[in-house]
Amino acid sequence: MGRIESLFNELKVRGRKAFIPYIMTGYPSLKKTEELVLLLEDCGADVIELGVPFTDPLADGPTIQAAAERAVRRGVTLRKVLGAVGRLRRKTSVPIVLMTYFNPVFKYGLESFVDDASGAGVDGLIVPDLPPDEAGDLIRLARPRDLSTVFLLAPTSTDERIRLVSRASTGFIYYVSLTGITGAALTIDGVMERMIRKIRTASAKPVAVGFGVKSPEDARAVAEISDGVIVGSSIVRMISDNYRGLERYLTSLRRAI
Amino acid sequence: MKRYFGPYGGRFVPETLIPALEELERAFGRVTREKGFSEEFNALLRDYVGRPTPLYFASRLTRHLGGARIYLKREDLTHTGAHKINNALGQALLAKRMGKERLIAETGAGQHGVATATGAALVGLKCEIYMGAEDMKRQALNVFRMRLLGAEVTEVSLGSRTLKDAINEALRDWTTNVRTTHYVLGTVFGPHPYPTMVRMFQSVIGREARRQILKAEGRLPDCLIACVGGGSNAMGLFHAFLKDDVRMIGVEAGGKGIESGLHAARFAGGSVGVFQGCKSYLLQDEDGNVLGTHSVSAGLDYASVGPEHAFLRDAGRAEYTYATDDEALEAFELLSRTEGIIPALESAHALAEAVKLAPALPADRVIIVNLSGRGDKDVEHVARIKGALKR
Repeated sequence: MGRIESLFNELKVRGRKAFIPYIMTGYPSLKKTEELVLLLEDCGADVIELGVPFTDPLADGPTIQAAAERAVRRGVTLRKVLGAVGRLRRKTSVPIVLMTYFNPVFKYGLESFVDDASGAGVDGLIVPDLPPDEAGDLIRLARPRDLSTVFLLAPTSTDERIRLVSRASTGFIYYVSLTGITGAALTIDGVMERMIRKIRTASAKPVAVGFGVKSPEDARAVAEISDGVIVGSSIVRMISDNYRGLERYLTSLRRAI
Repeated sequence: MKRYFGPYGGRFVPETLIPALEELERAFGRVTREKGFSEEFNALLRDYVGRPTPLYFASRLTRHLGGARIYLKREDLTHTGAHKINNALGQALLAKRMGKERLIAETGAGQHGVATATGAALVGLKCEIYMGAEDMKRQALNVFRMRLLGAEVTEVSLGSRTLKDAINEALRDWTTNVRTTHYVLGTVFGPHPYPTMVRMFQSVIGREARRQILKAEGRLPDCLIACVGGGSNAMGLFHAFLKDDVRMIGVEAGGKGIESGLHAARFAGGSVGVFQGCKSYLLQDEDGNVLGTHSVSAGLDYASVGPEHAFLRDAGRAEYTYATDDEALEAFELLSRTEGIIPALESAHALAEAVKLAPALPADRVIIVNLSGRGDKDVEHVARIKGALKR
């Protein structure tokens, strides 16, 4: 069993929900990312999602686009992200999931990538532009290396997609809270609850919710109906605009979840 | 329906869009079997677009080059001035049948934006067009045309501020408004079913050209030439000839030359990658980031190319070459002077290849060049370049 599965099992026993913060690797610098991972862990992160910079992040809103653009310009590549994870593994065992667009992985070579990622200590992969229909090779290579493949579901997902995505996901299922891109405005309504209930009838795997979660109130509401809360854009914005307030913000999110 | 062309194509998009693509695939499959749709579409192609477009024997250009006989497929004479209208109307009709309220599209040269705005006006849908800031500058006339047609034109100031960034923004809009909105992708690219669907709406070009050349010459042509950005005018021309013994040449944008790195020649300078919904050839660095492109023509200034072209290239069925900015500009002027036809800068790339090829062939050979669009939109841009050259 991978680190992510055991974490969710443990949380379940304790009746708790996972706090999953996202940061963009290499923003504002690689060294800062390594410090930030440790800070996130100190503030109670259960899983950390590391974004891999890419020139064309089509599922992301302006905040993460800007961070990605800056990290790309500084020369932060997938290879360097894996290097950073390797270094971090000497200091922390917090589960780390990479959120990367598919082309950097494809260009790296799927087989070398899964070898190097699991060698560096990556626990899971989220590839937003790779639906399970196109992920056969990645799934086949990731399984024996204990790399979780986290796939996404959305408010538009049909029953058939829910079955397919649930089956292909390991570690957890990522439910996208809104019809849109990262950082958009969250609406907590009956749809989310209904969709999560549907997913639960299709699968016993944990469901974490992301996209649009900003305030501790958002986080609390989402935690009540899911197994984990993913917060990305608003943390990235704090890192760029109000670094001094970051720790307090993270703590308030943790408390709410 | 086939999702792949050999190893190329696929459906690499966020999960949010998958149900919309499945719905689109079903709707497209339905209308291709439905007589009412093709009747409505064909009537519009005839009465509104002005099809069939002529296949014109360019006698003065042929004499000037002194070799193979050159025919021009006159897509420049369609309503709105480029082949883009064929696909935009097809998709507008389809969107209307699907009950969508709004069309969105990306545009590079502005021709697809104008065509989509036209389709939206014709069937009565709202319309928003995404266009790179750089392209809005060099194709200002088309921006005004789109607004005149009632479309909202949204400037994209991200990334390289050209076509690929406009596609990213259009995909983000679609992800957000997918329930009410149809994305009119303008070329044989992106996630399945777009490459197949756009090819089908454009394949009228080749069907007409095949019939017309048989009538004019009593035989099939020796060679077809078309420019390739995403590749829709080329697929439109090639498709009807795939089973024939006819040479097919796609011409990419060579920009300032392959060695300069300032070009959009994906086959000459790229490698296989996954970008904006499909697997194909891509201009990328060794880490899989997408490289900036350059071309004098906004419509060819794109980092990837339609997956079916990648397949035809690997299969050896079509050849791909490139023309530089300078070669395209020379062909632009040459056709204007010899035939009184000002071509789009995109189409001028195809002509530039004919200029190289025709003199080397005997006089009984026949070439068809797809004149995919007219050059009015480029006149100001070329004037600026010429002015700069003089200085």
